Amino acid sequence: MADAPAAGGCSPQQDYPTIDPTSFDVVICGTGLPESVLAAACAAAGKSVLHIDPNPFYGSLFSSLPFPSLPSFLSPSPSPSSASSSSSAAAVDLRRRSMYTEVETTGEAPEPSRRFTVDLVGPRVLYCADEAVDLLIRSGGSHHVEFKSVEGGTLLYWEGGLYPVPDSRKAIFKDTTLQLTEKNLLFRFFKLVQSHIAADAAAAGEGEGEASGKLPDEYLDLPFVEFLKQQRLSPKMRAVVLYAIGMADYDQDGVDSCDGLLSTREAVKTIALYSSSIGRFANAEGAFIYPMYGHGELPQAFCRCAAVKGALYVLRMPATSLLVDEDKKRYVGIRLASGQDIMCQQLIVDPSYEIPSLDMPCTTPVSNSPRKVARGICIISSSVKRDSSNVLVVFPPKSLEEEQVTAVRVLQLSSNLAVCPPGMFMAYLSTPCTDAFTGKKCISKAIDALFTTKASDDLEGHSETTSENNTEGVKPTLLWSCVYLQEITQGTSGTALSCPMPDQNLDYRSILESTKKLFSDICPNEEFLPRNSAPKYADDDSDSSEITR
Amino acid sequence: MHGRPRRPAKPEDAAAAEAKAAKLRDLQEHVLRNHHSRTYTKEALGLSFKLLEINPEAYTAWNYRKLAFQHNLGELSEPEAVKSAIDDELRVVEVALRQNPKSYGAWYHRKWLLNQKLAPVDFKREFGLLDKLLKMDARNFHGWNYRRFLAGFMGVPEEEELKYTMDKISDNFSNYSAWHNRSILLSNLLIKQSKGFESKQKIFSEEFELVIQALFTDPRDQSGWFYHLWLLAQTSSPENPQLIASWPSNGSNCSLSSLNSICCYSLKEGILPIVLFFNEPVKGLSSSSVRLNSDLVVGKNIQWRPLSVTDSGHSNCWVAYLEVSNLEYNSLQQFSVELKITNTSVHKESNWHLERLSDEIELFRELPDDNSKFAKLTLARLLLACAAIKSRGSSLVERKGYCDEALGFYNDLIHLDPSHKRYYEDERSLVLMDQLTCDMDALKKYFSVKVLSKLAPLNHVQLCRLSLTCIGFAERLLWVQMLDLSHNNLRSIEGLEALQQLVCLNLSNNHISSFTALEPLTKIVSLKVLDLSSNEIGSHPIDTTRYICSSPFSHKVEACEAFEECRKKNINVEEFWDAILFFKHVNLIQLGFKGNAVVDKENFRTLVLTLNPSLKWLDGARVH
Repeated sequence: MADAPAAGGCSPQQDYPTIDPTSFDVVICGTGLPESVLAAACAAAGKSVLHIDPNPFYGSLFSSLPFPSLPSFLSPSPSPSSASSSSSAAAVDLRRRSMYTEVETTGEAPEPSRRFTVDLVGPRVLYCADEAVDLLIRSGGSHHVEFKSVEGGTLLYWEGGLYPVPDSRKAIFKDTTLQLTEKNLLFRFFKLVQSHIAADAAAAGEGEGEASGKLPDEYLDLPFVEFLKQQRLSPKMRAVVLYAIGMADYDQDGVDSCDGLLSTREAVKTIALYSSSIGRFANAEGAFIYPMYGHGELPQAFCRCAAVKGALYVLRMPATSLLVDEDKKRYVGIRLASGQDIMCQQLIVDPSYEIPSLDMPCTTPVSNSPRKVARGICIISSSVKRDSSNVLVVFPPKSLEEEQVTAVRVLQLSSNLAVCPPGMFMAYLSTPCTDAFTGKKCISKAIDALFTTKASDDLEGHSETTSENNTEGVKPTLLWSCVYLQEITQGTSGTALSCPMPDQNLDYRSILESTKKLFSDICPNEEFLPRNSAPKYADDDSDSSEITR
Repeated sequence: MHGRPRRPAKPEDAAAAEAKAAKLRDLQEHVLRNHHSRTYTKEALGLSFKLLEINPEAYTAWNYRKLAFQHNLGELSEPEAVKSAIDDELRVVEVALRQNPKSYGAWYHRKWLLNQKLAPVDFKREFGLLDKLLKMDARNFHGWNYRRFLAGFMGVPEEEELKYTMDKISDNFSNYSAWHNRSILLSNLLIKQSKGFESKQKIFSEEFELVIQALFTDPRDQSGWFYHLWLLAQTSSPENPQLIASWPSNGSNCSLSSLNSICCYSLKEGILPIVLFFNEPVKGLSSSSVRLNSDLVVGKNIQWRPLSVTDSGHSNCWVAYLEVSNLEYNSLQQFSVELKITNTSVHKESNWHLERLSDEIELFRELPDDNSKFAKLTLARLLLACAAIKSRGSSLVERKGYCDEALGFYNDLIHLDPSHKRYYEDERSLVLMDQLTCDMDALKKYFSVKVLSKLAPLNHVQLCRLSLTCIGFAERLLWVQMLDLSHNNLRSIEGLEALQQLVCLNLSNNHISSFTALEPLTKIVSLKVLDLSSNEIGSHPIDTTRYICSSPFSHKVEACEAFEECRKKNINVEEFWDAILFFKHVNLIQLGFKGNAVVDKENFRTLVLTLNPSLKWLDGARVH
């Protein structure tokens, strides 16, 4: 965790260190999660790696910031154009752009503000059976991070109220809001999917197995929502399965959102991950875990693994330009803010850098209306669910207003994750969107639905008269909020690789998938973070690794 | 822990097992030697510990440790030393339980130790151990047994234990032990009328609500259905035993032969059986609890005996045989019999039972899982429970509807769940019997008065070709003297013993497969004519009903005489013991037996004739 504020305003170059050697197999600029995982993977594959970051802290776009540093990170002052661009070697200027727009903050920053840590990737969690968890264990990164459960489970916002998501037999049995037939059909559906998953696993393991439990292909090719209708699930149960377990982003009942339509095959995979997550760790409750001190711990953990394997780390080191081999039309190195040129085989930069196209060196690539995600960060005074610390809330499409076409996910975190002082809670919201207006409207509606802006003493006078609040208890009071838009770019390959952005998903699956693809571009014949790449520790026992509650 | 398939043993396992066996044999030998020589040294005890560590089922080793413990205790005076000796034993049990958490010997050893009451029990440690074990396997019934023991030992309020069962059920409702413990605790609390447990209606309604959540969530899980069955029994069974039928019916007249009044065939032999039938098994009927007024001269000491005996001595059906001495043969004299039973309270009709059951029926009809056998079975049971309540209120149309629907469910179940076919067939038979006999209008179709030469007219009932597999509602047939049950599928005739007036019985063309299944007939003193032809007696090499009987060679002096008598005639007593016992206890004049496999066996005919000297006709041919 660093003290200095964010990017841009770095002091002059006199204290820049000189790097020796001046040539590496791989140079990585930016310490976001994909870059850090690549650094660890490349180092484990025996490459020499230089990993630099202009910031004084790890994580880049994936970092967790102390609360006071947030505004300057979201709206950085334009960095001065690189001064030392005159050099003999052919070089093109490297420009950074802000990924964040439409930043809108309300409320007063609560004190002590330094005790709040803010994620840039929120709302985000890891499935217990996630590949990210496997990667952490495989690389030894798990020794540097501690997790806690999202023990309050998931709540679904439905017809103006919050309902627990019945995600297991136990939860279905205990749920008092479900009708008996709903219970029956929902559990029957789960069992159907479970037996398919088991049969699938058996078939994958032995070549042949009990194919009896497998769903026929005609079901798997069906849109998931159609399959759920065939299983006679009620609209509310469909919402539970689609948006709170299947994690669909877009309205599955909408006619025009074909690209966002979840297929049964895809959804079953997510459910398989969900159900294998429940009970993976004896001391974890529910399917999801969250890293203590915030998501910024994850890239840091992978950086440590890379460092153990010999990667060289230099923070507070901006890059100013890329070195070009004019003949071969490829990037061959990087010029640092210190003026030093570093040569390399492979260049990797985080997505906030614009990689100039080599054919048209002076123009930025045409942006073809990138996908966006609207995010919200809130500080609230109490929990949305009584007696629970960390809770996920899902607003299915149309639950906030008729025009709402995307699901909004909310993650509430408590002080037991050391991200805020006791008695306070952080809440992260996100929803994918195409334009700022709809995205931000969705986020604000969700904030209004969950929280109240009234001061607590004001509220006491009114709470007796508002009958809708009496059943659910009093809504948490919103102390501070920040809503903004973030662009999403995919990782691109080329002679300089650009890593993926934090996406709109709740987990890292798709980011890690792209990262793996990038790695296979760099090291086509190497295994991605093989099992034995973890440094040996005296107490190493990765198979029985547990998280703390 | 549960529901995991067993893997076939690998060859290398066999070698390991062999080595383990050799080690065990050696250890066992040592421990037994020490046991016989009463060697209770530290080393000797260590050996027994080693044995139990590997094999907690070595019961002798546990007993040896008990003896050693008692022996060594005599030399200890310090309370500290006693405590450490107990701790050592407790630790041995814990090690053994780690090897096998379901070891009877280990659990018993622990209970035994605590029951010695030599030192204050560390309950925290005991409950800690239990928690650990039930976390490993929440259904370990040894653990639950031990928990009940501890709770009783320590005096934990039953309300608290009830809460514990709820916790476990919330964790995973597939837990027979937790549901079972709940039923026990609730029964106790209701009997004691503890605070909050005064109203059966309230408690059972809440329990129904609870278990239904489990049943609807996963109808394929059996444990909840068992609990539901218990609740159903609690809701539908009457609160107090009632006399529902008697012979002769109260205040009626009887004579040996008369068309107007009831005639009794056995009066010819000077015996008048009085039969009482209760709606639930009762115990300890005696001349002080039943007052009998009759103008017949009877012996002073009337003995009431149960007709079908359970281990606890409870029976639905009781009989007293009055020996009538002052009766002239062929007399037309009539005698009145009056019965009075003390200590039976009047049944209070309350509506909540019926309402609750009707609600349950509506619910299960809504269960979307239409092929759940448990749902169908429960529905059938609920419908019949309703029918039973309705029969008290005599609204027959509704009652018939319930019965018809239940019959439909049983017919479905026979196809749906063939492995329990016989159970469903029996249940279906009971419904059929109920429908056939529920009122005189229904029974009229099957009833006639038969006049046979030389005999008084007999009440004749014919229940043929109805696919009956067992007998039910015998209390409605107490007056029957001639019964035709031929061409059914009867496997059991349990219940017929209540028909103490029976003279002629036709059981031909059924599926009776053993003599032990005929045991009820030996209790009918008046039975003279029996047709057993075309059954399956002797055709099954293994007679399952035989296993239920206690050993025939261990009791009954008169049976021994019969065995002797048969031995003299070169009859294989070991092979025919069940036949000997049967024919010894009936006194028949006419017997039909052809079409049974046992007839072809050597000496069988001799056996029948030897033991039944009064027999005149066998399979239509005159014999004596």
